[in-house]
Amino acid sequence: MNLSTPRGLVVLVVLMFGFGFALVPLYDVFCEITGLNGKTAGQYEGELASGENIQSRQVTMQFIVNKNDNLPWEFKPNDVQMKVATGERKDTTYRVRNTYNTAAVAQAVPSVSPSAAAEYLHKIECFCFEQQPLEAGQAVDMPLTFVVDPELPEGIDKITLSYTLFDITNSTAPASDPHKVKKVDN
Amino acid sequence: MSEQTLTLDDHDHHEHGPAKGFLRWVFTTNHKDIGTMYLIFSLVMFLIGGMMAFVIRAELFQPGMQLVDPGFFNQMTTMHGLIMVFGAVMPGFVGLANWQIPLMVGAPDMALPRMNNWSFWILPFAFTMLLSTLFMEGGAPGFGWTFYAPLSTTYAPPSVTFFIFAIHMMGISSIMGAMNIIVTLFNMRAPGMGLMQMPMFAWSWLITAFLLVAVMPVLAAVVTMMLMDIHFATSFFSAAGGGDPVLFQHIFWFFGHPEVYIMILPAFGVVSEIIPTFSRKKLFGYHSMVYALIAIALLSFVVWAHHMFTVGMPIGGQLFFMYATMLIAVPTGVKVFNWVATMFKGSLTFETPMLFAVAFVVLFTVGGFSGIMLAIAPVDFQYQDTYFVVAHFHYVLVPGAVFGIVAGVYYWLPKWTGKMYDESLGKMHFWLSFVGLNLTFFPMHFVGLAGMPRRIPDYALQFADFNMMASMGAFLFGTSQLVFVYLVIKTVRSGKEAAQVPWESAEGLEWTLPTPLPYHTFTTPPVIEHK
Repeated sequence: MNLSTPRGLVVLVVLMFGFGFALVPLYDVFCEITGLNGKTAGQYEGELASGENIQSRQVTMQFIVNKNDNLPWEFKPNDVQMKVATGERKDTTYRVRNTYNTAAVAQAVPSVSPSAAAEYLHKIECFCFEQQPLEAGQAVDMPLTFVVDPELPEGIDKITLSYTLFDITNSTAPASDPHKVKKVDN
Repeated sequence: MSEQTLTLDDHDHHEHGPAKGFLRWVFTTNHKDIGTMYLIFSLVMFLIGGMMAFVIRAELFQPGMQLVDPGFFNQMTTMHGLIMVFGAVMPGFVGLANWQIPLMVGAPDMALPRMNNWSFWILPFAFTMLLSTLFMEGGAPGFGWTFYAPLSTTYAPPSVTFFIFAIHMMGISSIMGAMNIIVTLFNMRAPGMGLMQMPMFAWSWLITAFLLVAVMPVLAAVVTMMLMDIHFATSFFSAAGGGDPVLFQHIFWFFGHPEVYIMILPAFGVVSEIIPTFSRKKLFGYHSMVYALIAIALLSFVVWAHHMFTVGMPIGGQLFFMYATMLIAVPTGVKVFNWVATMFKGSLTFETPMLFAVAFVVLFTVGGFSGIMLAIAPVDFQYQDTYFVVAHFHYVLVPGAVFGIVAGVYYWLPKWTGKMYDESLGKMHFWLSFVGLNLTFFPMHFVGLAGMPRRIPDYALQFADFNMMASMGAFLFGTSQLVFVYLVIKTVRSGKEAAQVPWESAEGLEWTLPTPLPYHTFTTPPVIEHK
């Protein structure tokens, strides 16, 4: 019995199973390169443009927020809209308040529209890089520092940065049952 | 090759017929027994999935909530899809392959007979597990047969874990079945039969088997990720943890699009056997048929995102997937033209297998055309998730895949059972099915274009008439399948003796065998004469 064909097929099956998982990092790389889904990169560590490199090109930044799954928290941008020059370092803050009467952990996930602008919006400091543990009733202003890359393609003059806030208390607490939905008691 | 065949036969020398009793079916490694079990399993699943379709169509008979609550309605649409795809169509074709491939290529059995037994016997357990979710707390999965995350992860009922393991098991079964077919076709063809002399049914299954081996592991990977997201706190598809639900759709459809060709290519093979027989001509363009199969299979790997035009994709991506999808119409068109050319100026007769095969060509083409409409990215934004999509894939699956299986069963049943079926009952089954399915699915095009969304238990009043038509058609189509069940039982019990070649001018190695078929065939390989 010639076993080379079945052996080869078993190898192919194992490889394709691995390929299914390999699609996860491949998709991330693909999204970062193309800005697909408005996915932004992590903390920006590149050179900041200085002095003469700052061009006078003006871009409108808009800040919007969403709360996942009707999260009853307060979450809003303290600046709704601002004009920024490309290459200019800017700061803004977002206000969040835990309306539960228990401590909870939140995570904000960013998205940029138009997605072509995603790779040109650099975040130097962002609350979205970390989880936000909040005591019951605690409110904080969460900082964001960003710069718009002077390489931003012509024709984009408005960038919308959206944050969606997720309650991740259940998935951070050890040995939690994912099927038990957290009861909102506010 | 001949040496190989002899060693395979060795252990069969002392037993010339099947073992007695029920355990024969549990321990059998005979391709004919396993083929029969696959086909019966497929029929049972087809009837169970059909009953779920009855519930769906009964609820949709009139607007308003009538019979079931929306949650149960969703469970019915989900289970109907899963059962029909994984339980009825795929095992049906594997059953045909088990019966026919050794007979058509002159092999004594499948190459890996014990694995063959195993790959069948996994299925009843997998589907018992899947069906048992209907009786669990929280109900069966109701997130659609495509089980998009996070519906199938964060918001899923607890029974989702059983669903995941059921998918794993049926995936393992399909992979083993496919490997068996590839190994058989590569190693056990009769001496003198080159790949390009293989019957078209064997070719279509060779390509299908490669698709299965390539994409079923990807399905296994995606349900494994779901399992990890649900139970092991990973975040493959959860945005809160840095994952992406859209990633789920990409991986799922990377499996899902080749999967739809897995369900149709063997049907191409069946009608490519039937049409030449009843046209009394050779198949037109054998080589182009093979190359068209290969082209369809290769293209199926690069078109998956046409299922998800509306998730947000760069315009370049939309254009690529749109053009690649439309390109598939070319090899598919080659096949349709070749079938028509085979019939052209043939001396046609319309026995039941031919009726199903001709209906396949016509109605599959209707489904193909609506597929091209859906491939057009800008208009897909309107068609997405409407009944137009439901009409499209039912036109390619019911008169496509299901008619392909049924045509094959009618064509080869005289050889399998040694008995002739009742031709007038067969014709009655065909015409009732033909009228029933068109009455069911054609109006869905209209309500879909008019904006009726899929997967809803209630709808706006203006869709009422067409939905009532569709429901009546569904009841007609469903009950007429009982004619088929009766016909098969009647053939086995009291059919007239069939001739060795029941069809005038049928060609192929399977017809060189005596009727009734011995339990073991081609224990010495036939010699293929080159004409």
